Amino acid sequence: MPDTQALVMTFLTSLKNATARQTAELLRSVISQQRVPYTNQAGALIDAVKAVGEQLIAANPVELAVGNIVRRVLHIIREEDLSLTTAAIGELNLSAVSDDENDDDRDGNTTLSAAAVAAAARSTLRPPSLQTLLEDTPVSAAVPQTSSSGGDSEGKTADKSSRSRKLKHDVIEAVNELIQDIVTCHEQIAEQAVEHIHQNEVILTLGSSRTVSEFLFAAKEKKRSFRVFVAEGAPRYQGHLLAKELVARGLQTTLITDSAVFAMISRVNMVIVGAHAVMANGGVIAPVGMNLVALAAQKHAVPFVVLAGSHKLCPLYPHNPEVLLNELRSPSELLDFGEFSDCMDFGSGSGSPLLHVVNPAFDYVPPKLVSLFITDAGGHNPSYMYRLIADYYSADDLVVQRRAIAGN
Amino acid sequence: MDSRRSSRAVIDPKVRQVGFFTSAPLPPDRTQSDPPDPIRSPPLADASSPGNSLSPVMIPPPRHPSDSLLRLPHSPSDAFPPPSPTTTTTSLGDFSDDVTAASSPPPAAARVRGRGSSVKQQGAASSFPGGGFEVPPSVKAPSSVPASGLTTVSVVKLPPGISVEVQSDRALNSKPLKEKTSKAERRAIQEAQRAAKAAAKAEGIKTPAVTALANAKSAKSTKPSPQRNDSAVVVAASEKKGGDRSVEKDRKKDVPHPRMQYDDKSRVQKLKKRSVVKPTEARNRVELFRHLPQYEHGTQLPVLQSKFFQLDTLHPAVYKVGLQYLSGDICGGNARCIAMLQAFQEAIRDYSTPPAKTLSRDLTAKISSYVSFLIDCRPLSVSMGNAIRFLKSQIAKIPISLSESEAKATLHSDIERFINEKIILADRVIVKHAVTKIRDGDVLLTYGSSSAVEMILQHAHELGKQFRVVIVDSRPKHEGKLLLRRLVRKGLSCTYTHINAISYIMHEVTRVFLGASSVLSNGTVYSRVGTACVAMVAYGFHIPVLVCCEAYKFHERVQLDSICSNELGDPDSISKVPGREDINHLDGWDKSENLQLLNLIYDATPSDYVSLIITDYGMIPPTSVPVIVREYGRGQLWIYEECDPLASPGRCSDAVFFVDGLIFYPSQHLVLSFWFPDRPPSGLNNDLLERSDNFVTVAENGNFTNFEL
Repeated sequence: MPDTQALVMTFLTSLKNATARQTAELLRSVISQQRVPYTNQAGALIDAVKAVGEQLIAANPVELAVGNIVRRVLHIIREEDLSLTTAAIGELNLSAVSDDENDDDRDGNTTLSAAAVAAAARSTLRPPSLQTLLEDTPVSAAVPQTSSSGGDSEGKTADKSSRSRKLKHDVIEAVNELIQDIVTCHEQIAEQAVEHIHQNEVILTLGSSRTVSEFLFAAKEKKRSFRVFVAEGAPRYQGHLLAKELVARGLQTTLITDSAVFAMISRVNMVIVGAHAVMANGGVIAPVGMNLVALAAQKHAVPFVVLAGSHKLCPLYPHNPEVLLNELRSPSELLDFGEFSDCMDFGSGSGSPLLHVVNPAFDYVPPKLVSLFITDAGGHNPSYMYRLIADYYSADDLVVQRRAIAGN
Repeated sequence: MDSRRSSRAVIDPKVRQVGFFTSAPLPPDRTQSDPPDPIRSPPLADASSPGNSLSPVMIPPPRHPSDSLLRLPHSPSDAFPPPSPTTTTTSLGDFSDDVTAASSPPPAAARVRGRGSSVKQQGAASSFPGGGFEVPPSVKAPSSVPASGLTTVSVVKLPPGISVEVQSDRALNSKPLKEKTSKAERRAIQEAQRAAKAAAKAEGIKTPAVTALANAKSAKSTKPSPQRNDSAVVVAASEKKGGDRSVEKDRKKDVPHPRMQYDDKSRVQKLKKRSVVKPTEARNRVELFRHLPQYEHGTQLPVLQSKFFQLDTLHPAVYKVGLQYLSGDICGGNARCIAMLQAFQEAIRDYSTPPAKTLSRDLTAKISSYVSFLIDCRPLSVSMGNAIRFLKSQIAKIPISLSESEAKATLHSDIERFINEKIILADRVIVKHAVTKIRDGDVLLTYGSSSAVEMILQHAHELGKQFRVVIVDSRPKHEGKLLLRRLVRKGLSCTYTHINAISYIMHEVTRVFLGASSVLSNGTVYSRVGTACVAMVAYGFHIPVLVCCEAYKFHERVQLDSICSNELGDPDSISKVPGREDINHLDGWDKSENLQLLNLIYDATPSDYVSLIITDYGMIPPTSVPVIVREYGRGQLWIYEECDPLASPGRCSDAVFFVDGLIFYPSQHLVLSFWFPDRPPSGLNNDLLERSDNFVTVAENGNFTNFEL
């Protein structure tokens, strides 16, 4: 598929600014250009998406949203396939009832496929559990069987091709829905703003996040008057941008330095921040400096609310996220190379330079510091995130990378 | 003292690190082997210890050789039996140490706090009927202060900042008592003591000597006591004759004035009338900080410069310093304080009393006008406030009899001494203390740029310690860059990062060293904004936070948050990011009504986050700050004046003894921390006669010895 490959490559080069929506759109085009075989259509689609997804994830493992979307699309394919199979079996059952009662062949077939469907249903719809894990191997074998056996029993090519088209069509439909969801998640989150922001509230936020600004605007539109402290979020200074937007909307905004967060938080009613990703344990990967804010908020018993669209929910559990899920950015954001050029090569005899500059991009906020998550599916406790996340992903896809790497 | 110290080290080395700086303990048996010297009190204490094996109880040695002579008749008391277990020395802080573990008497007998030098010896257990009187004479003999044989309540000032009350009623407990006092009598005496003590407590022990005298009277001394009045001098000249009433008055005066609140319109109007600089008020004031001055920055400088020739009342040196404050050329508590004091020095040098005015009054007014000018330029730091307070009190204390030139010379040297002792020497002591907390392989984190911390790091590097420095910096001042540059030049291995990355970098850090603008009496550390964040994260990571702060920056004010009192910097420096032209979102927006830019200068770190405060009086926990403030806050320089060897070498013949690097001036109830590089003078019971740059002359048993420094 040269076309998709080119798409993937251009996407990879622009991955710096990759968003979840772009990933979904890319995968949609991958799916639409994927030729689907007669048998095992879902498997083929899954393989194709996985192959692309692996590339995407490997390109920037820290950009968790990309991996999330890949998993979401895989989940969609599985679900659509399942629902199609279920529907087909439903039809089969119907036809079986209406047909002659003594048709052993059909009868046996129906029961067989029904069992397979049930197993497949377990695997896809159920949350990860010990039972699912134990049944994992037979089920994955059963899924292709279902389609093939179903096809055999029908014995009609035309019907098959229509089904295959139907699966692809359905999947693309569902991916479109997903894209729509991603686009509108800000609004869905913002709708809940009035439930959380009251009159005369003082809100602190750090850096800039579209979700947060939409959230605040929504509250403002509902005639709530409140004031916002914006910590500027060095070294990216996104806070300046947010402050400008807020001021343009007529909100009372005070821009503070990041170092003043501790000083000001005692006068703040609520901290509302965006996230880079939400991990399955309820921990948050967020722009650097967020842990500072969270700690200060905890010290002063100020609620720390994280806004995150569902595409930011990551089904992985973090291990040493400060290091492994982080990214070190250019020192030039902190130090002027020209200014310090005479110090940089002060290397001692061993050759190791005396001066190091550390400029991480992300912070990890442990779940105990988070008071509430607000997603497009409502508000949730950090301890519930794992369950919420299980709704969006199928257990098979959690290890998409490893499997893909193993395949290579 | 030595034996005590060493025993402490053995018993509880961990605790020991907290209030004192570590140094090689002297051999424990040193004092024991010392020949008892009846003439000198410290030896007395020590010498007697082998006899009754109660070395631990520490008593300040006699003030004066003459005192010890007077005490000679007491020396037979050395032969007294060991103390009864009821003798108690109450130990206060965590530093208290049961020294008796090292010595034979039961633990209850004596508890010595601190490095043995600090003792709270509760009046020979005056409150313990029966046993109280049998305090070992060894304890009493050396004890004391003015009138030998008096009930005295004196406060020994200790390096760790713990005040120790030594209440030794020698008159009662030692000989006369032994020679039979009836039970009723003893009771009565106890009651009297108790009352006296309560009174002393009520008054605060700020003026120990006065209280001591008062107590002495109440206790009906049995001996002719050479009541040396200089114990009162210690307190303050004005209080020499003062009874308790003046003490109380002073107490009240001590309560800090409420700060100027800028939301009080009438006062602001008044202030405006007075002020030389007329700052324009900031347009978008931050609501929360209405009580602080919020002015447009950048407008004052040209105005001031143009006004130079109109400000004839202002001394050029003061004017210059004011401009430097305004433009930010001088910043940092110590630098600002020194610059101000030096400007005042010049101003005083050029000062001449106008006819028909007295120097002290006119000069005070003059200084006040200078100060208000400086406040216009930039609000005072706590350190400057304390320095001004000191200067004014020095001016007020100038006797009228002094000629103008003499008075000016006195003030000049006073200021010089303040700079030397309170800032420069204090920093050296802090460095000496703090370096002991740096080990090989440490990763030390510091925030912003603190002069004390910088000296510590450099000194540790010079000592050859292997460590790494993490410099955390923040907007808008980026003071860390300057520090980084200086440290890298010196060859230290540095890591530079910004404050948001503090959680990332804290994983590798083993110690956090912070500077402070001030330490408030509730333990709050008032420092460059962001310090609280750093301390909080370090606390979260269980990493010790050491705050380095000279004791002259301590203040009796208390503060819980960073909002009630603070300083606001130039808001424009928030919206502009120098060197990052891409960050221009706020160009043109900063005049919008809804946008306020808040540039806080300071914040308040809660004392919970602070493991240790390193001051020139030693290393103390934040809970001990009020003690330092109370004991050293006022009149302290009088003490230095009385016996500081640097200032007045000849006058240091007062009994003095060392405990590694600390010079004790027991007569003045103080410990003057001194720094002896590497080698503490071993002669514990020596009189320091002179200290020059190279050596200290010490009289040891009548022989003079020079200790090279």
